[in-house]
Amino acid sequence: MDLKKNIGAYLFLLPAFAVLLVFFFIPFFHTIWLSFFSYSKNIYSPDFVFLNNYFELIKSPLFLKTIINTFYFLILCVPFLVIFPLFLAILINQNIKCKNIYKIIIYLPVIISIVVVAIAFKWLYAPNGLLNFFIEKIGYNSIGWLSDPKVSMVSVAIVTIFKGIGYYMMIYLSALMSVPKELYEAAEVDGATGLKKHLLVTIPHIMPMIALVSTISSISALKVFVEIYVMTKGGPLDSTKTIVYYIYEKAFENLDLGLASAGAVILLFIVMGFSILNIFVFEKDKYKI
Amino acid sequence: MKIKNIITHIILIFICILSLVPFLWLLSTALKGRCENIFAYPPIFIPKDFTLNNFKEVLKLVPIVRYVINSFIVASSTVILNVILSALAAYPLARMEFKGKKIAFFAILATIMVPFQTIMLPVYIITLKLHLIDNYSILAGYLGLIMPFAVNAFGIFLLRQAFLTIPKEIEESAIIDGCNSFQIFFKLLLPMIKPSVALLAIFTFIGSWGEFLWPSIVLTNEKLFTLPVGINNLSSAFSSDYRLVAAGSIISIIPIMVFFLALQKYFISGSTEGAVKG
Repeated sequence: MDLKKNIGAYLFLLPAFAVLLVFFFIPFFHTIWLSFFSYSKNIYSPDFVFLNNYFELIKSPLFLKTIINTFYFLILCVPFLVIFPLFLAILINQNIKCKNIYKIIIYLPVIISIVVVAIAFKWLYAPNGLLNFFIEKIGYNSIGWLSDPKVSMVSVAIVTIFKGIGYYMMIYLSALMSVPKELYEAAEVDGATGLKKHLLVTIPHIMPMIALVSTISSISALKVFVEIYVMTKGGPLDSTKTIVYYIYEKAFENLDLGLASAGAVILLFIVMGFSILNIFVFEKDKYKI
Repeated sequence: MKIKNIITHIILIFICILSLVPFLWLLSTALKGRCENIFAYPPIFIPKDFTLNNFKEVLKLVPIVRYVINSFIVASSTVILNVILSALAAYPLARMEFKGKKIAFFAILATIMVPFQTIMLPVYIITLKLHLIDNYSILAGYLGLIMPFAVNAFGIFLLRQAFLTIPKEIEESAIIDGCNSFQIFFKLLLPMIKPSVALLAIFTFIGSWGEFLWPSIVLTNEKLFTLPVGINNLSSAFSSDYRLVAAGSIISIIPIMVFFLALQKYFISGSTEGAVKG
């Protein structure tokens, strides 16, 4: 009986685990394995170099630049994606008309493929495009949105923020619904209104959600790729080259599988820090065993 | 009180306009004819030389309809596989006691921590080895696009949570009636978690529909291009004429917009929590 019961459970799990084995677990260990080999001399008979790829990466100015770029991108996006959607969610969560229309329109960029969003922004960013028209109109010189290495990462971050706002706003909205109405009433009795009410009631109550949005937006910032691939290809002067872009280039363009895999393992460690925080602290109820 | 409401509306309307401007500007460009300068200064929002020719031309030059069909095949197959595999795996994790449950649980949890970008190279190598690449056959090409995303941990945990909310008594009475695990699963429990299944299906569809990185790595045959890959290709091939790029992009948005508007209640109901992607 006991064995029979076990077999039933295993049969249910089998299909999912078969897929995960082939397309997740094997590739995962394969990445680590590949990172110990050097493909730079001969792609068909790589040399075992153990940790040498890692040393090479740490010494490589380009790789360090991609790490700095990635964190610069994270710092540009995350604070905005944590705070602004919360502000919007609080605004929409009031007793106002046309609520659902606002939600739908603000959510729209989330469902549209990032490729199309990036193409739309490339067009706005054109040297004599719409954005520069407005910039000149208010009396500034036109900006090389995608051609000036000092600005390019900001331009990419704007696209990521644009695409993410609706998504995080919805997460906050579902959290706001769980704030008990009595808490607001109590705060009002104590004389708190408007902003003060939110500072005293809303923010403390949804603090776990704010923490969660910080970690998930950080993780997705660390993985940024498509916006950059479509808009700048890592340029100008590597100013928008991120870790994932570096891995992609090494793996699929230079066919340097060893360096690509070592880069991937380094990224994995960085992301893992955030995910562990996420799973075991902020979302522990969801994954409770 | 009134004034505060008006300010709220003004801010929200402004944000809505900002959310739409990039797409409206694309639409405006797509509707401008050959005789109109798309770089005019000051910019012209309502086309003077209004035309639908760019749409006709881009549809003639680029097989966008084919891209749409491909995206649809890939996205719906991914949805079906995700629903089936996640539901099957979620059930024992929520409802059964068996040896190795903890290990299974943490193995799935571990997949959340590893971004696809860090394993994409070996996934590509394994896909090549399994011959799931479009130069073997069309079917192989589709399978190569679909299989790496056939199941994911978020789906499993979402449905596991749904199973956990079903009272145990319902199951126990079914056991007394002589049902086995499989009957309980398919006839009794699966229908009860429909809302979560719908949520999983919708968000998997959106994710698969917009996916670019993996298709751009595996696809070589233009016949199998999905929309994001096809549109990106179009944007570099016709970069000298943004009217066509804009027209193609606008066409590519239409199917997913219809999908979104038809199912909007699922998106704005505030139940997105389970759909948090990594």
